[in-house]
Amino acid sequence: MPGADELDIDHVAALARLALTPEEKSNFSRQLGGVLQHIEQLRKVDVTGVEPTAHAFPVVNVWADDVARPGLTTAAALRNAPAQRQNLVVVPKVVE
Amino acid sequence: MNYEAVIGLEVHVQIKTRSKMFTRVASGYGHEPNTLTDPVVLALPGVLPVMNKAALDAVIKAGLMLGCEIAPVCKWDRKQYFYPDSPKNYQISQYDQPICLGGAVEIELPGSARNVMGEHKSIPLTRIHLEEDVGKLNHGATDSLIDFNRAGTPLMEIVSEPALRSADEAFAYLTALRAIMVQGGISDCDMEKGQLRCDANISIRPVGQTTLGTKVELKNLNSISFVRDGIAHEIKRQMAVLARGGTIVQETRDYDGQTGASQSLRSKEMAHDYRYFPDPDLMPVQVDQAWKERLRAGCPELPFDRQRRYFTDFQLPYTLTSVLVWDRALAEYFEAAACAAGNDKAQAVGNWIVNDLLRELGQAGLALADSKVRPEQLAELVRLVDTGVLLTGAAKEVFVEMFATGEAPAAVARRRGLEAAPTDAGALEQWCREAIAGNDKARAEFKSGKDSAINAFKGPVMKAAKGKADPKAVDATLRRLLAGD
Amino acid sequence: MAAEIHYQTIATLAARLAAGELSAVELMQAVIDRTRAVDDRVRAFNSRDEADALAQAAASDARRSAGEAMGPLDGIPVALKDVIAVEGQPLTASSRMLADFVSPYDATVVKKLRQAGAVLWGRLNLDEFAMGSSTENSAFGATHNPWDLSRVPGGSSGGSAAALAAGEAIATLGSDTGGSIRQPAAFCGVVGLKPSYGLVSRYGLIAFASSLDQVGPFTRTVEDAAMLLQVLAGHDPLDSTSFTAEIPDYRAAVCAGPRSRRLGIPKEYFGAGLDPEVAAAVRAAIAFYAAQGWEIQEVSLPHTEFCLDTYYIIATAEASSNLARYDGIRYGHRSQSAGDVTELYEKSRAEGFGAEVKRRIILGTYVLSSGYYDAYYRRAQQVRTLIRSDFLRAYEQVDALLTPTSPMPAFRHGEKADPLAMYLCDIYTIGVNLAGLPAISIPGGFTQAGLPIGLQLIGRPFREAELLATARNYEQAHDWHQRRPNL
Repeated sequence: MPGADELDIDHVAALARLALTPEEKSNFSRQLGGVLQHIEQLRKVDVTGVEPTAHAFPVVNVWADDVARPGLTTAAALRNAPAQRQNLVVVPKVVE
Repeated sequence: MNYEAVIGLEVHVQIKTRSKMFTRVASGYGHEPNTLTDPVVLALPGVLPVMNKAALDAVIKAGLMLGCEIAPVCKWDRKQYFYPDSPKNYQISQYDQPICLGGAVEIELPGSARNVMGEHKSIPLTRIHLEEDVGKLNHGATDSLIDFNRAGTPLMEIVSEPALRSADEAFAYLTALRAIMVQGGISDCDMEKGQLRCDANISIRPVGQTTLGTKVELKNLNSISFVRDGIAHEIKRQMAVLARGGTIVQETRDYDGQTGASQSLRSKEMAHDYRYFPDPDLMPVQVDQAWKERLRAGCPELPFDRQRRYFTDFQLPYTLTSVLVWDRALAEYFEAAACAAGNDKAQAVGNWIVNDLLRELGQAGLALADSKVRPEQLAELVRLVDTGVLLTGAAKEVFVEMFATGEAPAAVARRRGLEAAPTDAGALEQWCREAIAGNDKARAEFKSGKDSAINAFKGPVMKAAKGKADPKAVDATLRRLLAGD
Repeated sequence: MAAEIHYQTIATLAARLAAGELSAVELMQAVIDRTRAVDDRVRAFNSRDEADALAQAAASDARRSAGEAMGPLDGIPVALKDVIAVEGQPLTASSRMLADFVSPYDATVVKKLRQAGAVLWGRLNLDEFAMGSSTENSAFGATHNPWDLSRVPGGSSGGSAAALAAGEAIATLGSDTGGSIRQPAAFCGVVGLKPSYGLVSRYGLIAFASSLDQVGPFTRTVEDAAMLLQVLAGHDPLDSTSFTAEIPDYRAAVCAGPRSRRLGIPKEYFGAGLDPEVAAAVRAAIAFYAAQGWEIQEVSLPHTEFCLDTYYIIATAEASSNLARYDGIRYGHRSQSAGDVTELYEKSRAEGFGAEVKRRIILGTYVLSSGYYDAYYRRAQQVRTLIRSDFLRAYEQVDALLTPTSPMPAFRHGEKADPLAMYLCDIYTIGVNLAGLPAISIPGGFTQAGLPIGLQLIGRPFREAELLATARNYEQAHDWHQRRPNL
């Protein structure tokens, strides 16, 4: 298991799209360092051959038939949008 | 140094379903902006995904048609990245357990001439997986606008091995793949509507080298011709870079089909780290034998398999098969007509379809489904010609009439008086005598053993009969008279 | 006991409504009056729509007088944790991110409550996005424990527990990812039930950790919990993780009493850090069951010490992904100072989320990032398998487990400043979520300082009826649940 000191807060914050203040960065690094150190005890567990549990009660093939049902009206869909124009959601220009 | 190109294609195909991949609001193209959404599509707080059974059926069917191994169990993963067209900022996809593995697409390279069959190759596939489409961004001058109608549409990604060696092969691959998807009813594959989209990974290497060169990803290839042109352009560009001593940079380039040029897309500040993990909101999919067999029963014959059958069963020439087999409805129409007419008349049936039916449909701007001429009527027309009831010229007129009205060929011929003359033996014998008497040269040639000289008499007889004489009766009468001469 | 209307049980009120002694409007008005009187001190509610609640109550009365009452919950005011979507009402998760969000749809549990005739009453405070154990991490201010306003009500469903304890609702709904129903129920002296994973639909519940979250009821009695669970439970085609099974008649099963008689005491749940008064209350409960003729067995859940770490990996990983959608584009807080799209994401999320949410997003993003998945997430899922096996093995010998709900009674505001200290409040509750089991916290006594103590009973998967019957066995012989705070 990687060490707790490996947490690169700038990289992770960028991945998570969170602009952190310098103070937050230093606080989180310290606090999460403690949590990660605690987590390191998981290394003690022998998990050889143990299947991971994704669902407590796994079943398979949960689906729906392909029947189209009414969705939201455009007004309802855009009701909470912070910026919209011509029934479209507006964001700053995206440069690919 | 001689270089060869190594090309792998990632093809996204939208699956034709009524509702979306993980929610039941309608899927569709060309609707007013943001009219095909619901809380799940917009990733509102609290929503959950539910798989669309029809999309699973479609991707398994596609896998069966392409000879893939269908995974007994597959699961769903979240592919995480932030982008404004992606409502959840993760895409539900399949990472390490795709639903289809392996498989291949058979392609035909261009032949030496249009009527000559080209070389066939089998292009192996890596995998096919199922995922969901994103919304559509429209870029304005100062901002970008998002329409989420497309978001959540079932999408499958078909990944080829880097086994293609030229732009022509890529073109042939997409042509074949598209036909299979369309004929299987999986997608309409209209590239203009974004139902089929293609990215190409292209590298070049010295011939004989087995390791791969640095690859460039080419994006926005939005027609099959642009795929061919864009790849050809990229191969040339890479060769030129190497020729002047440069090195190929791993990058993503955007090809502009209008200008025929490509440009590097601004490289991302950060390498992608998609943080895939199993989606806890969805359960795995288990595919058993019975499910596969049920779908296999609905898989149509692949185009090249059909073509090979047409060669052996019907002795059709390449040119006819290469029109018929790429359109499932046309091929099925042909087979119905050929079956009604008899296998030995299949070529005549094929000629009528490829030459006359398609011409009339084209002129009328109709689809095959709109044709009033039913396959058995076409077979009947072929039979009437074969038995001499209709002469070729008359038959063509009858066909045009059938196409317009949907009447049976015999009825059209009778109504229009186009049937070959019911034999008035006396008149026919008279016209034959006159024809023989009028051409001493041909008469002498026939007598001296040149059998084909008999044809010289037939024109005048037909002319006298105003085209309505039965050619077989004409031939028989002429031979009798000449023999007794 | 002639309790005030706002402190009566569902069972009592359902009977009174049915008998015509009381109208739903009178009941709703009594609850509104009480809320107006105390909520400026308790601060349980994020938003209330009194006119809408009274209109629903009037509709209930109209149904009843037409002979069309929809069942025992018809006319009963039920308030919801502010993570459950109600069409046309705010849905904030106590986050600045969703301060102005109005839900255009109903959660499945809300649809079910409507179909049962319940009056949907107000949205209750929580730790932002259900991340916390004290309801201090709310963008709209902390909720106060009605038993001691200087103390926290627990969390994350602190508003749900406090509102019920203060008489501001007849029942409430919460959600439980690592103890978020049971721990506040213990702190506030009410009944809190976390159903088996999959029993109650999650559709319309704002996701924290998808594989652990469950909606459940807060009530004054175990019987009320059975009545509310009856409405909430059942398969939902909109939730792929929802369980398909026949739902028994919980209230009848509860009233019939438990069929099982073997109680397990997991030895790992009585370690260091357990408050002596809490420990004494649990021991008294053990003695009660023994006196009732139950066979008491000590059992071992050997992987208990790894529950907290396993939980924090799985829960933060899933949360980092579930909270990616809050980006200020389609809804939610949008930063006004963003120049480009990347800044729009980074600033909107920085301004919209509080510290605890950011901390967990960072941890979850880190454990899923390239190169760390196997070491953290996959390993945690493997340990989760072992934790689950521990419980299933224990159930070969016993029918239920009895433990403290929380190692300590309600603590003071600001007392647990260190995140790890706060995380340790959940040590007795998170194993249940990892294993997907049903568990209930019931009032089990009071400290000398007058703070409620919770007992946790953990049942077999999908055997809520038996679990509730076991809990009621204790409740009927004690009167802790009838005490009310001095407000």
